Amino acid sequence: LHCCPLGLLALLLLTLGFSRGLQPGPRDDYEESAETERVFAASKYGSLWPLPQKVKISDVSFKLTGVTFRITDAKGSSSGASCSLLQNAYRRYYEYIFGGSRVQHGAEGRRAGPSVLTELQVLIVSADSECERFPAVTSDESYELTVDQPYAVLKAPKVWGALRGLETFSQLVYEDEYGAKSINSTTISDFPRFAHRGILLDTSRHFLPIKVILANLEAMAMNKFNVFHWHIVDDQSFPYMSRTFPHISQQGAYHPYTHVYTPADVKMVIEFGRLRGIRVVPEFDTPGHTQSWGKGQKDLLTPCYSGDKPSGSFGPVNPILNTTYDFMSKFFKEISGVFPDAYVHLGGDEVDFNCWKSNPDIQKFMEQQGFGQDFSKLESFYIQKLLDIVATTQKGYMIWQEVFDNGVKLKPDTVVHVWIGGGANEEMGKVTAAGYTTILSAPWYLDYISYAQDWQKYYKVEPLNFKGTEAQKKLVIGGEACLWGEYVDATNLTPRLWPRASAVGERLWSAVDVTDINDAFSRLSVHRCRMVERGIPAEPLFSSYCPREYKGI
Amino acid sequence: MEAARCVTFGQYLRPHFYLLLLIFLRNGPHTVEGVWPLPQTFTSSIERSPLSPEAFYFEYGSQSAAQQGCSVLDAAFTRYFPLIFPDYTGEVAERLLLDLKAPLAKVPVTTTIPSQWGLIHYLTRFYCIPDNLSVSARQASLNAETVWGALRGLETFSQLVYQDDFGAHFYHYFVNKTEIVDFPRFQFRGILLDTSRHYLPVKTILQTLDAMAYSKFNVFHWHIVDDPSFPYQSRTYPDLSSKGAFHPMTHIYTQSDVRRVISHARLWGIRVLPEFDSPGHTASWGKGQSDLLTPCYRGSSLSGTFGPVNPVLPSTYQFMARLFKEVSSVFPDSHIHLGGDEVNFSCWSSNPDIRAFMKKMGFGVDFTKLEAFYMENIVNITSALNKTAIVWQDVFDYHELIPKDTVLHIWKGTPASYQAELSRMTKAGMKVLLAAPWYINHISYGQDWHQYYNVQPLDFPGTEEQKKLVIGGEVCMWGEYVDATNLTPRLWPRASAAAERLWSDEKQTSSADKAFPRFQDLRCKLVRRGIRAEPLYVGHCKHEYQGV
Repeated sequence: LHCCPLGLLALLLLTLGFSRGLQPGPRDDYEESAETERVFAASKYGSLWPLPQKVKISDVSFKLTGVTFRITDAKGSSSGASCSLLQNAYRRYYEYIFGGSRVQHGAEGRRAGPSVLTELQVLIVSADSECERFPAVTSDESYELTVDQPYAVLKAPKVWGALRGLETFSQLVYEDEYGAKSINSTTISDFPRFAHRGILLDTSRHFLPIKVILANLEAMAMNKFNVFHWHIVDDQSFPYMSRTFPHISQQGAYHPYTHVYTPADVKMVIEFGRLRGIRVVPEFDTPGHTQSWGKGQKDLLTPCYSGDKPSGSFGPVNPILNTTYDFMSKFFKEISGVFPDAYVHLGGDEVDFNCWKSNPDIQKFMEQQGFGQDFSKLESFYIQKLLDIVATTQKGYMIWQEVFDNGVKLKPDTVVHVWIGGGANEEMGKVTAAGYTTILSAPWYLDYISYAQDWQKYYKVEPLNFKGTEAQKKLVIGGEACLWGEYVDATNLTPRLWPRASAVGERLWSAVDVTDINDAFSRLSVHRCRMVERGIPAEPLFSSYCPREYKGI
Repeated sequence: MEAARCVTFGQYLRPHFYLLLLIFLRNGPHTVEGVWPLPQTFTSSIERSPLSPEAFYFEYGSQSAAQQGCSVLDAAFTRYFPLIFPDYTGEVAERLLLDLKAPLAKVPVTTTIPSQWGLIHYLTRFYCIPDNLSVSARQASLNAETVWGALRGLETFSQLVYQDDFGAHFYHYFVNKTEIVDFPRFQFRGILLDTSRHYLPVKTILQTLDAMAYSKFNVFHWHIVDDPSFPYQSRTYPDLSSKGAFHPMTHIYTQSDVRRVISHARLWGIRVLPEFDSPGHTASWGKGQSDLLTPCYRGSSLSGTFGPVNPVLPSTYQFMARLFKEVSSVFPDSHIHLGGDEVNFSCWSSNPDIRAFMKKMGFGVDFTKLEAFYMENIVNITSALNKTAIVWQDVFDYHELIPKDTVLHIWKGTPASYQAELSRMTKAGMKVLLAAPWYINHISYGQDWHQYYNVQPLDFPGTEEQKKLVIGGEVCMWGEYVDATNLTPRLWPRASAAAERLWSDEKQTSSADKAFPRFQDLRCKLVRRGIRAEPLYVGHCKHEYQGV
């Protein structure tokens, strides 16, 4: 029997009931009137987001109080008090669950009655809990959750599944009509559909203060994302402070002190992510998108010519100089040490050939190599050498789709990142037919904003909707929502990303048949209010309210 | 600057603000990034003067009609000091004094103000008085006819002051020698916020008022209630909010909230124009006021749903008279917005009592006549309360015979259609307010501020007299997709593009590309002042926003 918690139901009816009476928009010729005519009901799955693989919620409910409730290590768990990752998570989720309500000591000091749930026991069953490790694409994030008397049990092979299960548990808690924390008897068995569920942030077009990055890691954990793709440098600025080449950020950042990420900052981001089961995959995009590199690193970029003279401007990385590859070797050696993830993103997109074409040395080189006028061969030549360099650092690599399109020889474990809209399905087919693993971003460029509920568009994407064999489909390991930075900085990033990215989060986590848009709206509305309560200024889906509105300005 | 005779312009001239700001200085190169919105006349030199926070003070001119005790200006001085010296702290400045022979820049601001002023006079003008206090050679003077002009001038002055990068541990402030005479092109420069589709905490509204003042907006159009919720707590009809708000305790505006908004706005020279939209957009009213809305019928029986306000019952008008009596006393502005848009006739036409009334009145099946009948009654109620009505264009479209002093608010259509509407309305001698091109809740990718900037409000067929009837414009931020989480970055700096269009001379501000660097500078100033104004394009601010 499925039943929705009463309080939640009441909230949703209150929240959504008026939709019926709404006129088609306030003085607004553009709005879809169908949208407002719909009557939304509370989901039988409450506010779970993303929806777990298997959920059974009964109508038996228990109370939780801040005074009596504890999250503890289960007996026999392979991970205990020494695992600070878990202990930090217990505290975090305790605060998420009870943070909003004041603990009334007198009233709640009483002994717990039979209908009070006092404990969530966390049991890590695998001998190696991976508590001290970094999450990886192969990490096991599965878990099983049972909410019942005398205590609730969260069972997971590894700490990563426990983190996901704690989030799920916290989402099951609701306030009854008297404001008391309640949870229904529930059994959940859950695992992600895709292993790579990422968010790309761009810290080059606008610098993002560390605080903003950390807040977004928090929000990612609330939505079970597990990869922070850090597009850390690009044409516009180079905020990464390199130990080996400190002059690059000195010259190439927007400001050498206030607009840089120090080694300590980077470390903090990585550890903050790790504690939430989130990988940090850095992207150092070359040979294009590198204007900011050139300011501090002489001779790295190609000098462009106008006629037979250097024009004073520079193009992509100069692929014909040995010094370039010496530099890249040293640089990526540092990167492989700083970022623990098994993968580094090497970019390789949008190389503009005009500057290369203009340069007589490059032309000569092209001739020597027998490339003719095919500059994509020169690009491949560069990338090939770069990949060989990175391979020596024991890292795997991700690259944007152009590198694959241009026929560069790739290691079998290369991840090809599909981003070009229109034809993305064909591309997915081609990449997987060639045997490469791939992730999808093309339909999830969240920097492209539009009026109204565009989350539905992201939600309706089916990543495996391309022609291919079962084996090919298995090569799709996930996707990423990208928030490019041309129009985004700390002022607007968080409300622009959330809850729109949550739609992608459910698509990548939940089962293929979780596609009911009305049910999703209902759950996501409450989920967004939960993010707001947790201090994430996630924007609204539609006219409505949250019991506790955002308190910031 | 023996400009002494800065003239008194006769009272009979076109209503304008004049404001004179003089700064005397020392040498030093710097290009001033500029003031937003662009003043009407602006002369500046590269000569600059250092300002010292210790030595700086505001002073009422001896001839000023306003003196110490003028609440608006006293408060403004307190507010503007930290805006002029953003990161000044007593400590550091003291050290500055000790370490250096600090250049002292005394910058008294002289203000000449008539001894009395209404809540807002937009029909005022300023004159300059001679500034012969050049002895110190480092003095600025600000002359304005009313305190409201002085507020605008203080904002301008605060935008002229900049900090130098040199000597990061010293706070060096400079201002270039500048002379400005300024007044707004349009008297009504508004922002609409919608607190019905989402509740906006008072804090959010107050901060929006601050940001409005930074762009010289002067009207806060408070679309306070609508279908989804009724957050205004009426003292006459408390059930309206206790039953019609999203939550009767947390999602309401109490009387003291409203007073706080009004008095905060007043201190910034901003009018608060409330809108109580009827007869449509009133679903939330019906929850706390039975028999106010029209019961809809399905066939010959009640469907259980309700439509617009019921225009055929005398009780409706008794209710409205009492409600508007309250609203008129709570909101001191001379104008009140009565809505009147988007009335759905299907419920009215389903109702047999309404149909009988239509027949009795000889309206046939033309429900626009019924709407007009209703609006006429409402306008009469507010006229009797000495308020001038503002209504959405629908009212004029249906019913051209409305009181001549009613202001018509254009909200819909393409440029071609709103230009035609402007033409028609002004030809009929009506005052007009333009909002159609500034529906800023409609977002899109890229630099959409260009489209708000490039609007030409007076580009419609009509005589000079007709053009004068366009009293201004309004930026509307409807609330379907906006609450406290995203309001500020969505509103700013996009709304500021419209602010320049409404304040500045159109010829001097015809190029968005030319305005771009100055606009970027404004956006960083807003961020520096704690306003979460979003970026216009790639780049950075020296001081980034530090929140999340």
